[in-house]
Amino acid sequence: MQSRFADSGELVAEDLGCRRGERLVFTGVDCRLAAGGALVLTGRNGSGKSSLLRLLATLLAPAAGRLWWRGAPVSGRLAEYHSALHYLGHLDAIKPLLTPRETLRFWAALRGTTAPGVDRGLAAFGLAEIADWPCRWLSSGQRRRLALARLIADPAPVWLLDEPAVGLDLDGEARLVAAIADHRAAGGRVAVATHQPLALPDAVTLALDDFAASPAAALADSW
Amino acid sequence: MGPFLGLLRRDLRLGLRQGGDIGLVLGFFVLAVLLFPFGVGPEPELLGRIAAGIIWVAALLAAVLSLDRLFAADYADGSLDLLALSAAPLELAVLAKAAAHWLTTGLPLSLLSPVLAVFLDLDPAAMPVLVLGLVIGTPALSLLGAIAAALSLGARRPGMLVMLLMLPLYLPPLIFGTGAVEAALAAQGARPHLLLLGAVTLAALPLAPLATAAALRQALD
Repeated sequence: MQSRFADSGELVAEDLGCRRGERLVFTGVDCRLAAGGALVLTGRNGSGKSSLLRLLATLLAPAAGRLWWRGAPVSGRLAEYHSALHYLGHLDAIKPLLTPRETLRFWAALRGTTAPGVDRGLAAFGLAEIADWPCRWLSSGQRRRLALARLIADPAPVWLLDEPAVGLDLDGEARLVAAIADHRAAGGRVAVATHQPLALPDAVTLALDDFAASPAAALADSW
Repeated sequence: MGPFLGLLRRDLRLGLRQGGDIGLVLGFFVLAVLLFPFGVGPEPELLGRIAAGIIWVAALLAAVLSLDRLFAADYADGSLDLLALSAAPLELAVLAKAAAHWLTTGLPLSLLSPVLAVFLDLDPAAMPVLVLGLVIGTPALSLLGAIAAALSLGARRPGMLVMLLMLPLYLPPLIFGTGAVEAALAAQGARPHLLLLGAVTLAALPLAPLATAAALRQALD
């Protein structure tokens, strides 16, 4: 089936629905992320912000709807789509026994990047001085910074960030905002779920509360 | 191959820095084997005859004990998401993790086994077959065990669950591995048994990663 968005060269989600267990979390979500675009997901707890980001990352299978990337369905070209995206969940994926430098190298190797800009990533989030400590010595804010440094060390056009500013101090938050601004200026796209107000000029806001499935619909659906 | 080697290197590095874990598994293996002479009584003839069975069963249990952590840490800290989004298929990531598991448990167990076999008075002529059988068969333990480790993600008692799921699947390697030693003791030629053992490992090599990756995708959803 031809999408009305298929030619626009963006990340496009069409009519996405999400089900967690028996519960329909949201239905009918349309969103699009053009080059340089930013999407801010808002909504109360449990409205499905994290689930939508996991759907966009293909970590969850949608209950309904389709994803398009650069004019073609994502399902047929998963590897290409994965190589184009960074997903940052609320878990940091950091091993206490590795150093930040080793961690960044490993993350880049997973994405098939052979010469990542590890030092660039560390510098962007002020981690250069602790680059060779074991990560078990890092504070939670420093762990968050390390998780974010992955975005800089190994560039990808799509960033999907789930509460990226949690645990960051003011300096960290400023670095995050600067990193996102740079990324967008270079034509990158970013989708952020956040409760903290982040300075994202011209961002499109998607209020997931508006797409909440009614309890009646969930019932009807489960029969 | 970048993601495969990167993951293999990371898991080996973690295993070596966490040296205690490898030590515990090897210690369990040694102690479990050494309990038998006390339980059965110091009869060299009897011990020599059941030595291969004891060592293989202890190796199975040691493998199971170390397997329940194979994916649990990556699942809990979010690393599994990154593995699922990596440039290589999830099946290859499973293969890398199973290889790292084998290099840090199966291989050291195999190399340790002749020492234990001496304690159990195994005929020295059967020693090479015992070690060769373990080297050929223990990769299957890591590969098959990965399936159970992935299936048990999110379970409340993963250790017990892994054991119950896994031990039946470990029967073929156990039978062929001990069979090879029996044949060597009877001077019958262990080759057919070792070939069958190799067949089990070769079959597990593609099939276990497929099943494990499917289970991991379930766990992520």
